[in-house]
Amino acid sequence: MLEFDDIQYILLTRAPAITGRYEFLSFRNPGAGRAWLSAILETVHSVQQARASVEKDNRWVSVAFTWNGLRALGVDESSLASFPEEFKQGMVARAEILGDTGVNHPDNWVGNLASPELHAIVILFARDAAERQRCEAEHQRLVAQCEGVEVLSSLDLEATPPFEYAHDHFGYRDRMSQPVIEGAGEEPTPGTGAPLKAGEFILGYPDEDGPPANLPQPEILSRNGSYMAYRRLQEHVGKFREFLRQQGRTPEEQELIAAKLMGRWRSGAPLVLAPDKDNPALGADPQRNNDFNYKQMDPHGYAVPLGSHIRRMNPRDTAANMNRRRVIRRGGTYGPPLPEEAPEDGIERGIAAFIICASLIRQFEFAQNVWVNDRNFHELGNERDPICGNQDGTLEYKIPKRPIRKKITGLPAFTNVRGGAYFFLPGLKALRYLASLGHAR
Amino acid sequence: MSDTPKQNDWSKPAAMAIPEGGYFKDKIEQGRYGPIFPKTPACYGFSIIAKIIPGREPNFYEYARNIENAVAGQPDCLAVLKLHYLRWNLFEIKGDTYFQYMGIFDTDFDKYTEDAVAIFAATGLNTVFENLEGFPKDWKTNAQAFIKFVRDHHCPSFLEYGEYPYVSAEEVKKALKLKAAFSDMLDQMQ
Repeated sequence: MLEFDDIQYILLTRAPAITGRYEFLSFRNPGAGRAWLSAILETVHSVQQARASVEKDNRWVSVAFTWNGLRALGVDESSLASFPEEFKQGMVARAEILGDTGVNHPDNWVGNLASPELHAIVILFARDAAERQRCEAEHQRLVAQCEGVEVLSSLDLEATPPFEYAHDHFGYRDRMSQPVIEGAGEEPTPGTGAPLKAGEFILGYPDEDGPPANLPQPEILSRNGSYMAYRRLQEHVGKFREFLRQQGRTPEEQELIAAKLMGRWRSGAPLVLAPDKDNPALGADPQRNNDFNYKQMDPHGYAVPLGSHIRRMNPRDTAANMNRRRVIRRGGTYGPPLPEEAPEDGIERGIAAFIICASLIRQFEFAQNVWVNDRNFHELGNERDPICGNQDGTLEYKIPKRPIRKKITGLPAFTNVRGGAYFFLPGLKALRYLASLGHAR
Repeated sequence: MSDTPKQNDWSKPAAMAIPEGGYFKDKIEQGRYGPIFPKTPACYGFSIIAKIIPGREPNFYEYARNIENAVAGQPDCLAVLKLHYLRWNLFEIKGDTYFQYMGIFDTDFDKYTEDAVAIFAATGLNTVFENLEGFPKDWKTNAQAFIKFVRDHHCPSFLEYGEYPYVSAEEVKKALKLKAAFSDMLDQMQ
């Protein structure tokens, strides 16, 4: 039985928000950090609370900490040592493994995210801009009261129009393929696969391999917690559109190129089910838009190229142990949309996402290292993920086609990593435990 | 860069001398569980050498039959390891029995480590490792400990050779399929 009253809402629930704000914090002394935490934790929703009041709530708050942040709050050394190695090292130290090299290197990150002084993130999702501003001011007052708590940076989120469905700045429909967790009360849509054991995403429960093992200590700290990899990914919309214009003579051809990079039409319609022509009704239908596989339906990649984004991020029936590799994705877009005919304006826009899983090394880092950035994924020889892989202009992208495939050489980078971090997302009891450290217990 | 494609060179046999320690110091690539041993004309591989727990020899011969049966029953049960060849040996040094497990495969071991652990459990490959001295008892739930054992007992090559260098097993199979298809085509033309 999942402890819905203890698990932070963001793990299992999606807030009906169109805006939000992330604030990145540093604690100059443990007392200040704990004072801040004691106050903010009253606003952090559990799954149960969020589900009960989702209709009337206007804002949703989550709190998570880096390993340095746990130390800064006063967690003792033996407890700190019990966390997994990759979390202790942090995302910056794992840069090469993640493909964060060249322009994506942490040296080029913004917002002090690469700093060891980064201790915590507070994630706000709000129903509208007015509520976001109200919460921002409220948080500003709280931080002002807690001397020794510093806001390193912040990022405002804005959904991009049209607001009827979630999509990124490139125009691709998002949030179509999410794993379903056993006992979380959700029915998997066709093609999603059977519900997965909660331990794949939440600490303290059996996972796909068996009972929980090697959890951070003490149990009250780790139970109902999870790990979050944060990625701030800039999207070069002008460059992307220019590329489509170069590759396709007509709007139809350009749409097909966009679809071939993703594996879905921008409407969300999967190429496996709609190989030649977009089908927006299919893209919008959750009962149909995820219901496909590759081994039987598209083994050679004639519909979905072997190196396309969705085939790398979720190889479905063409990878082993898929159940041990799934992740939960949350987040949103930031920056103003670039109008359709406008040239690149130099303003940063992109997606700021959280990848949530029980093991960063087995789930997030594996996907990043093997699926996104292995040049030889599916024997492709010289490719990386065309959307979020580390592209330096020397790689190619092959689109299988009869009789002869299309090969694009010198694929440009459509995205860049502008920051990231590993966070631990504690349960509510663990937040209270952390807030009370240093007091006689 | 270890995985730079060199497919075009398959017709030209190649040898590679490898520095002491197994790495080229100026181009060590970091994997999730540590530095990755370089790709050579003989692709990726490892040679794990470890002392067996005294008296356990019969387990190794029983294990050989188990693996034979497992692969016969499910020919693709090791597919995820992207193997060319595996070789197992037992040999003696000063009265102690040692075990060698040598594999040649197409991906650095680091990438599919957890899949390997899962396969070990599923096929019974594990049984033999449990007869080695120092093998972690909690290996099923502790990938780190398993990987540490493998890394600690891996003896890197100082020289590797490929008659058809850098060619993957997948490419070999594709070439043989193509040959079979041509042969079939000629039959159909009679």
